Amino acid sequence: MQHIIIGTGPAGVIAAETLKKVAPDSQITLIGSEPEPPYSRMAIPYYLVEQIGEEGTWLRDGENHFAELGIKRITDRVSGVDTTSQTLTLENGEPLRWDRLLIASGSHPVKPPIPGIDLPQVQSCWTLEDARQIAARAQPGANVVLMGAGFIGCIILEALHNRGVNLTVIETGDRMVPRMLNEKAGNLLKSWTQSKGVTVHTSTSVEAIEASSSEQVNVRLSNGETLPADLVISATGVRPNTDFLNDTGIEIRSGIVIDDTMQSSIDNIFAAGDVAEGYDFSTGMHSVQAIQPTAADHGRIAALNMAGITTAHRGSVNMNVLDTLGLITTSFGLWAGSGDGDETELYNPQSYKYINLQFDGDRLIGASTAGMTNHVGVIRGLIQNRTRLGPWKDRLIKDPTRLMEAWVGICENISPG
Amino acid sequence: MQRSLHIDPLKCTGCLQCEMACSYHAEGAFNPSRSRIKVFTFHEAGRFAPYTCTQCDEAWCMHACPVEAITTDLETGAKVVSESKCVGCKVCTIACPFGTINYHHVSGKVVKCDLCGGDPECAKACPTDAITWIDADWTGLDRMRASAEKSLAGVAAS
Ligand SMILES: Cc1cc2nc3c(=O)[nH]c(=O)nc-3n(C[C@H](O)[C@H](O)[C@H](O)COP(=O)(O)OP(=O)(O)OC[C@H]3O[C@@H](n4cnc5c(N)ncnc54)[C@H](O)[C@@H]3O)c2cc1C
Repeated sequence: MQHIIIGTGPAGVIAAETLKKVAPDSQITLIGSEPEPPYSRMAIPYYLVEQIGEEGTWLRDGENHFAELGIKRITDRVSGVDTTSQTLTLENGEPLRWDRLLIASGSHPVKPPIPGIDLPQVQSCWTLEDARQIAARAQPGANVVLMGAGFIGCIILEALHNRGVNLTVIETGDRMVPRMLNEKAGNLLKSWTQSKGVTVHTSTSVEAIEASSSEQVNVRLSNGETLPADLVISATGVRPNTDFLNDTGIEIRSGIVIDDTMQSSIDNIFAAGDVAEGYDFSTGMHSVQAIQPTAADHGRIAALNMAGITTAHRGSVNMNVLDTLGLITTSFGLWAGSGDGDETELYNPQSYKYINLQFDGDRLIGASTAGMTNHVGVIRGLIQNRTRLGPWKDRLIKDPTRLMEAWVGICENISPG
Repeated sequence: MQRSLHIDPLKCTGCLQCEMACSYHAEGAFNPSRSRIKVFTFHEAGRFAPYTCTQCDEAWCMHACPVEAITTDLETGAKVVSESKCVGCKVCTIACPFGTINYHHVSGKVVKCDLCGGDPECAKACPTDAITWIDADWTGLDRMRASAEKSLAGVAAS
C-alpha cells in the first residue's frame, strides 16, 4: 500500500508516524515544500528570542529520524493532483502514484488589500524563513508595527517586545484577540500589554504603507496618525493551502471538507490540520480551526483510517492559550456561550484575573480565562466529556475557579455539600 | 508488569505528606503549591481526594507538544517532560483533559508527575495507604482514564 502525505507540519508528521506504527509494511512518503527538516511553527516565537536555535523548532530530533523509521521524505512542492489516475505531480521530481493520499498542506498568511503591502519592509511571521528575516531586522531600538492582535499576532508580540524593539500594535477589532476573548478579557489583555510598554491601538486599521526612504516606511492609520517603521509585521489571518487542488473536484469551502474519518469528498483522499474543514465538537459544524492540537488529532485519526482501522472523530474542541508578556489567557469551546445557557464570571481587573464559564443545562460548553494557569486543561475535559455537573454547577456559578475540585468531586462521587 | 499508582481517596486523611514529599523531591523544597500530586479537600463532605497524572497511553499532552518535549519513559510508562526541550508554549496544559500538566512560572516550563523514575515519593510518604505503588493494570486512575479516553478520543467503530 502506497501512502503519500503532503505537508511536513504536525498533522503530516503525526500521520506518517502513526501509519508506520499501525501499518508497518506499507510505503510511506512525506512530501514537504520547505527546505528545513519538519519543524513546528509554534516554536518560532522561542527562536525569535534566541531561547532555542533552529534545531529546537524541529518536530523530531535528528536529521535521520524519518529515514530510520523507514519513512521516505521528499523536499519538493506538489503542483497538481489527478484524482482519476491517483497520481500527483511535483515541481521538480517525477510524478507519484498513491493508494491513499493525505493532504496536510497547512495554511498561509493572507495579505490584506492595503497599498504598500508588497514593500520589502512588510513581512509575515509564518515560516522559519520569515523568522530569520524578522530576526535580522527587529534589532533593539527598531520601530516595529505589528498589524493584527489576533492569535498569531499576540503570540509573536512578546518575542518582538523582548527583542527590544519599539512596538506598536494595530488591531481593527475593539479589543485584543477578538476571536478568542470577550470584551472584558480582551481589554484586560490590552491594558496589561500597554502597562508593559507596548502601544496598542484597537478599532484602528492600517490604511497605507508608504516608503519614506530606502530603509524605512510610514504606516498610515485610520485614526489619522502616521508611524515611521523599520519593519511592519502582517498577522491578519491565514488561509488553507489548496491552490494545487484546483479542478480536482475535491470539495473545498473554507478548507477541504472532511467527514468524521478525515476523508475528503473523494475516496482515498484524506485531509488533516490547518488545510481541513473538520468537525467542531462544540458547534457540530465544519470549520477550519487552525490550531496545533487539532492538527495533531486530525493527523492521528486520518492515519488510522488510511490504514483501514475505521475510527470516527468526534470533533475537536477549539482552544487556545496565549502568554502575552506574562499574562496568560485561554479560551475553550463556546467561550461566548450558546445564547440560552447560564454563565458565570469572576472579574478582577486590578489583579488581572478573569474567568468566565458558559453552560448548557448542567454541562460546561465554553470558558475563557486570564491570569489562571493551574489545571486549566480540565476545562477541555469537562467540555469534551459532556460531564453532567449536577450540584457542582451551582458551586461553579458561585466560584468559577473551583473547576478542578468539581471534576475530582464528580469522579469520586463527592457532592459539594 | 509495569506498576502504577493506586489512589484510594477513602483512605486519605488530608495530611498532605504526599504533597510535601513530591515537592521536596521535584523542587528541593517543602512547598505543597509546587507538588505534582494535589489533595483536594471537600469540607462539607469531610472528604479528601489525592489527584495526579494518569499517564495515559496516547497522552494528549504528548501528542499536542510541538517540539517532542514529552516522551514515554519505557520502564515506567510515565510521560516525562524534557526541561531542555520544553519551550514553555503551554499547549499541553490546555490539551490535557485532566488538568494535570501545569505551567511553572519560575522555570518557564511545564511540570507533571513523572512517577519519580519508578519509585514514587508520594506513595512512600502516605501513612494510610491511600496512595500505593502496585502491580496492577486496573487501578482507580486507570478506570477513570479508560472512561474518559473512550469519550474523548476517536472511537473505533467495530
Ligand atoms: C508563529 C506561530 C505561532 C503559533 N503558535 C500556536 C500556538 O501557540 N498554539 C496553536 O495551537 N497553534 C499555533 N500556531 C498554529 C500552528 O502552528 C498550526 O495550527 C499548525 O502548524 C498546523 O499544522 P499543519 O500540519 O496542519 O500545517 P503546517 O504546520 O502549516 O504544515 C504544512 C506543511 O505543508 C507544506 N506544504 C504546503 N503546500 C505544499 C505543497 N503544495 N507541496 C508540498 N508541501 C506543501 C508546508 O510547507 C508545510 O511544511 C502558530 C503558528 C505560528 C506561525
